[in-house]
Amino acid sequence: MSALTVNVGRPSLLTFTMPIVAVLGGCFGFITGNIFGQPGLGFVIGALVGAVLAAALAKAPKLNRRKAAWGTAALFGLVGLVFGGVGGLIGGAVVGLSMGWFAVWIGSGQYRAGVPIYYTAGQTLWHNVFLFICAFVFFFLIAPLIPVMWLSFNAQNFFTFTPEMLAFKAEGYSLKHYRDFFSGGGHPLQGLLYGAVVGAVIGGLVQLLPNAERSVRKIVVFAIIGTLIGVVVGKMWGVSGAEWMTPLKNSLIIAPFATLISVSLGTLAAIGLSQTHVPGRQAIMAIMISPMIVPLIISATGMFFFYAPLGNWLQANLGLNQNFVGYLKVILAHAVLGVPFVIITVTATLVGFDKSLTRAAANMGANPVTTFFRVQMPLILPGVISGGLFAFITSFDEVVVVLFVGSAQQQTLPWQMFTGLREQISPTILAAATILVTISVCLLTTVELLRRRSERLRGMSPG
Amino acid sequence: MKLLKTLTATTALCAAGSMAGAQDMADDVTMVSWGGAYQQSQINAYAEPYMEMNPEVSITWDESSNEAVAKLRAMNEAGNITWDLVDVVAADALRLCDEGLAMEVDHDELLAPAPDGTDASDDFGDLIVSDCFIPQIVYSTTFGYRTDMVPEGVDAPDDICDVFDTETYPGMRSLEQRPINNMEWALLCDGVAKEDVYDVLATDEGQDQALAKLDTIKDSVIWWSAGADTPQLLADGEVFMGSTYNGRLFSAIVEQNQPIGMMWDAQVFDLDGWIIPTGLSDERLARVEDFLYFATDTQRLADQAKYISYGPARASSAPLVSTHAELGIEMAPHMPTDPENSKNTFLYNYEFWADYRDDIDAKFQAWLAQ
Repeated sequence: MSALTVNVGRPSLLTFTMPIVAVLGGCFGFITGNIFGQPGLGFVIGALVGAVLAAALAKAPKLNRRKAAWGTAALFGLVGLVFGGVGGLIGGAVVGLSMGWFAVWIGSGQYRAGVPIYYTAGQTLWHNVFLFICAFVFFFLIAPLIPVMWLSFNAQNFFTFTPEMLAFKAEGYSLKHYRDFFSGGGHPLQGLLYGAVVGAVIGGLVQLLPNAERSVRKIVVFAIIGTLIGVVVGKMWGVSGAEWMTPLKNSLIIAPFATLISVSLGTLAAIGLSQTHVPGRQAIMAIMISPMIVPLIISATGMFFFYAPLGNWLQANLGLNQNFVGYLKVILAHAVLGVPFVIITVTATLVGFDKSLTRAAANMGANPVTTFFRVQMPLILPGVISGGLFAFITSFDEVVVVLFVGSAQQQTLPWQMFTGLREQISPTILAAATILVTISVCLLTTVELLRRRSERLRGMSPG
Repeated sequence: MKLLKTLTATTALCAAGSMAGAQDMADDVTMVSWGGAYQQSQINAYAEPYMEMNPEVSITWDESSNEAVAKLRAMNEAGNITWDLVDVVAADALRLCDEGLAMEVDHDELLAPAPDGTDASDDFGDLIVSDCFIPQIVYSTTFGYRTDMVPEGVDAPDDICDVFDTETYPGMRSLEQRPINNMEWALLCDGVAKEDVYDVLATDEGQDQALAKLDTIKDSVIWWSAGADTPQLLADGEVFMGSTYNGRLFSAIVEQNQPIGMMWDAQVFDLDGWIIPTGLSDERLARVEDFLYFATDTQRLADQAKYISYGPARASSAPLVSTHAELGIEMAPHMPTDPENSKNTFLYNYEFWADYRDDIDAKFQAWLAQ
């Protein structure tokens, strides 16, 4: 056995660990020095601190990486606290944590832990650089959201990190932008009660269906879903003229209907287009997908001139209400934008669908509609759901088309954010953004968990 | 048979009744404004009292004044005017009027006379710059500066030329990304007398002279395009001084307690007001006229000044301007038209800029790109 475990040993302290840690320290020192207007001096001090740290940690035997990192973080944080208050404490702790971890990681030779023993120095370097690049990609994707969320708790009406905020004082923070966002109309409590009761009743009724399995769990699940829907509907009930709740209400009216239309049409189109005997399949597919490819501003202009006379005609000849026609126009326009996403995801799922199943169903006497709902639909459901999710988000995020096609009564949330950002840079937008991010994360997590559960139940994955 | 007849008669009557009601006045009104504190002041001073008197009315606000000209053109082309009343700056009103997109009105017939019986057109006076334009407020574009960034041992800036003096007052400035106002200020600080500014600016050499003066501070300028930019930059301390609308600065100073001071010197007055789009149906037009009669009377215009520091456009409203609705401070000293603040002012020169805007815009943009 001993022949198989190769002891790499610690790298040389003087020629390897100290210079590398010193460079990292220098970088941190350069940034810190910049704050005081002395970047050069900061670099030198940082490099010295790094070298000393590397040497000190190397002397201590049997170092645990985590302990060393926290120790350094505490030490640096203390220094930061002395020089820069609470902000300095946090900055120092973050720098200390990274430096301590890095010094031990380099100094103890653990940086070779992830690579095979025969790797050359260059290959090891590339392996670790690659990992750092991956980490940085995640960092650049996520990092812009952090100041947005942080600033949304600002006590001022500006996009500014005030000194009180940076010092983590309570008076620098407030929830007033969230209050602004949620202000206006609504009866969430009544909605909650009604929703819970209605949900439970539906849950109970579902059990009376023939072939349904009976369980209390189902009632609870329906009651919870009913409660959630009830809170939202109750809050939105009768809202008008509220700065943020009205646009949110409009978005919540438009997006589900648009999703419903694009999912129905898109799924049917995908099934039709997957049949080999349809003439001109490629051309039809290209046309259906074109809203995704054509620049949005061009689609929007076209839709504006297309839907305006259509709306006028509906109002004049069918006597429809102007407001209703306005919603109809935006819903149809958004449905068009959502269809390509549904077609693409459902087509991809249909590739794995075994067509002999439909023939088997037909052989057993099922008509095409029954076959679709009982055989094909359950199997391609994951594709339909993710297509629907994309269609929903497209409509929920969309600002260009609604600016053209909609009128002020159909102002959606992105529209309100767009004008709000331009006219009155107010942190309420940040509060709205934070809430939307939270909702999206919850929504996607729920859908993913449900998907995994259903796969597990159907034995499609080991769990 | 008899029953059927009665039913038909009742239905016809009901239909006739509802038709008559509908032809009176429309109840859903869409108004277009600028959003923010300004729109809020209109809601507080005009819309809410009006809706109290007419509970059947519901007003939707569209924050699209910035692109009102383009959107009205598109709506007109598509034959679907969804706006009933549009708040625009005077320059846009002139353009919309020329293109026939705004309705010409008879101010004396449409608007209420002053309490002493003076005709509306005399009460508004010169501020009626176009037949389509119903003036509402006088605002000004002026400078604010960070009081805590004034160098030690130097007086706070109080002269427009301090903007061009980067030696005494180092730091960034924010200026609007368009030639209007900037060119005038540059010439004024390059030794041109105030009354000659537009004569000089009409010549090629004069335009070059103004750009050359702006060139001296180009490196320390952040260009803004939305009214909210400068207050944000000042609050961040990113700029030392910057131009914007005086109401935005008032809000930052008085309502948000920012360390900002007003400069007022060489402020440029401009007008903002309503236009009625052409092509409204009779009942919509009737509602709009009813609203306008109420919303532009002497008391309503004075009420608006409780919420924002813009001067009412009627001469008869000025004595009625009182205190801020929430803070209770006297509003008069914060008005651009206050004698203390208006020692040295410009009035936006509509004729000059209508003639020269395209040329000077092209030159200015080319200079910016250099």
